[in-house]
Amino acid sequence: MAKLVIDNVDLFYHRVQALRGLTLEVNEGEIVALLGNNGAGKTSTLSMLSGLYRPKSGTVTWGDRDLTTMQPWDIVEAKLLHVPEGRRIFSTMTVHENLQLGGYLVDDQKLVDERIERAYELMPRLRERRNQEGGTLSGGEQQMAAIGRALVGGPKLLLLDEPSMGLAPLIVKQVMEIIKEVQAQGTTVLLVEQNARAALRIADRGYVIESGTVTMEGAASDLRTNSKVIDAYLGA
Amino acid sequence: MASLFGSRDRIDDLLTAPAPFVKRPEQNKGLLHPQRFMNMFGLIVFIAAMVLPFISATPYIISILTSALIYVMLAMGLNVVVGYAGLLDLGYVAFFAVGAYTSGILSTRLGWSVFETIPVVLLACVAAGIIIGGPTLRLRTDYLAIVTLGFGEIVRLTANNLAITGGPSGIHGIRTFSFFGWSFADGATLFGIDFNSKVLFYYFVLIVAGGLAVIGAARLGKGKLGRAWKSVRDDEDAAEAMGINTYRVKLSAYIIGAIWGGLAGVLMGSHLTAVSPTSFEFLYSALVLMAVVLGGMGSTPGVIIGALFISLAPELLRDFADWRYLIFGVLMVITMIFRPKGVWPANAMLPWLHRRSPMRSAAERDESDEAVVVTVPEPPEERRP
Ligand SMILES: Nc1ncnc2c1ncn2[C@@H]1O[C@H](COP(=O)(O)OP(=O)(O)OP(=O)(O)O)[C@@H](O)[C@H]1O
Ligand SMILES: [Mg+2]
Repeated sequence: MAKLVIDNVDLFYHRVQALRGLTLEVNEGEIVALLGNNGAGKTSTLSMLSGLYRPKSGTVTWGDRDLTTMQPWDIVEAKLLHVPEGRRIFSTMTVHENLQLGGYLVDDQKLVDERIERAYELMPRLRERRNQEGGTLSGGEQQMAAIGRALVGGPKLLLLDEPSMGLAPLIVKQVMEIIKEVQAQGTTVLLVEQNARAALRIADRGYVIESGTVTMEGAASDLRTNSKVIDAYLGA
Repeated sequence: MASLFGSRDRIDDLLTAPAPFVKRPEQNKGLLHPQRFMNMFGLIVFIAAMVLPFISATPYIISILTSALIYVMLAMGLNVVVGYAGLLDLGYVAFFAVGAYTSGILSTRLGWSVFETIPVVLLACVAAGIIIGGPTLRLRTDYLAIVTLGFGEIVRLTANNLAITGGPSGIHGIRTFSFFGWSFADGATLFGIDFNSKVLFYYFVLIVAGGLAVIGAARLGKGKLGRAWKSVRDDEDAAEAMGINTYRVKLSAYIIGAIWGGLAGVLMGSHLTAVSPTSFEFLYSALVLMAVVLGGMGSTPGVIIGALFISLAPELLRDFADWRYLIFGVLMVITMIFRPKGVWPANAMLPWLHRRSPMRSAAERDESDEAVVVTVPEPPEERRP
């Protein structure tokens, strides 16, 4: 079982401490929501998981792998994929090229094409826009392209950073359905969100972090009815 | 094969996929298929270039056309570095110099045939690419620009001061290409037509520069490595998140650029029979960079147009004597104002290759947007506090 365990991690950007004794777990097959206000350390957590930053202390393991010693591309090769905050679609490449790039480390070209085909089935709007430059897509389409791009890599664990950011409610709902479907097909998801309502609806469990520390955790259904969460994140 | 999303039926069961905003027409079929059309177009241009010497073969015309093709090769090489990988190189002419001098020295001092010098030129260019790119490609691109600017000048000044490179007067008497004892200088008669050495050399350059350099670079740009280059150019961090070793990918672009530049240098040395430091001034780096930017970064047709422009315009504007560089400059400024992404931007398509959906009025658009909302089973309940 490839379980993700972050144990007592401190992360610094030079002097600035972003994570303080952060401890959390993601079991295989789950959707885990990671909630928190601006600057709480959500993005920092994901960046650390994809090997972009190294923690100063604490351990990060995924199954029997030690993520703190791996290079970013080795982590991708191990099928831990990250859809970064703000989508980061390659703006002058076409949608199709963006998807193909998601399969950069997949040697079997047929498998890549098959997965691209699946992504198009899941998100037909992308198929229509396959020759359009990524930078000219709408926000919702870019988010779909970003998720599609990660799916082509065949993720075992997918990190999503605020996929609902800047999207209309209807599109948020569609994106959440896509994420739920991705889980149903066997991918574990760590979902960072400010939109707690949307995230807790599809998640199995959730964590709330503040200033780089976990302040609440529990089953999504419990968090949804927890008065503190409601006050702070669901707006009464 | 076990696949990511499981069976197709399950997807259809579980999820109503987001409906398209606008129905888009299919791509053109047959000859108007965009890729096929462009390939045909390229072939026609190539054949036109083959026929040109039959229309006019004065030494002057053949000579400027040969130079123009060498510039096309240079620009295609720089396009890999600047256009695809987004690495600003202000000293590209250094690789041109490395190629021209390496080949020139070996052929004049050691009596090698120019053809035999090519493997050594390749090694020298790869080495130069690694020496200059290796330490600097870890830096962000502005630093690279400054370092490459310095590198270009170092190579030129070194050539100006060493004895083996002939100092300021350079190397003379570089011979034309020869293969197993037969050389272009011998001329040839095919189908009853005499081809002199300059025309033969023109054809050779056309095949190497037009055929191999253009097709090779364009194919690289379309392939997996090309996508990796473009992703590094668009967003280096996101590229890393895709599992791309960005340093290696950038270095590979740099080395390929060096090889293209070096081989163009071999051709130029042989074409002019001489090389001297004045051929490698910063102006030439700037000109080739202009060809790429003006034509359209990352766009094969654009870069070819740009290279032909920078090499032919000064010749065509010769009648304007002292004014010609002014006119040249004004033309470039105008191009950049009206076509900021270049004359022929990457991913641009000729208008008649598009199939557009019929224009819809605003009212129709509103209607269909509503239709999307109606097809969704539950009304959205998202409302941010
Ligand atoms: N590269 C960086 N250099 C210095 N400080 C940083 C850097 N990235 C993040 N920080 C700081 O670390 C803290 C946590 O940032 P992080 O991006 O993880 O927050 P977040 O929870 O993702 O917030 P948001 O919801 O606004 O995206 C913030 O105080 C931020 O200013
Ligand atoms: Mg963030």
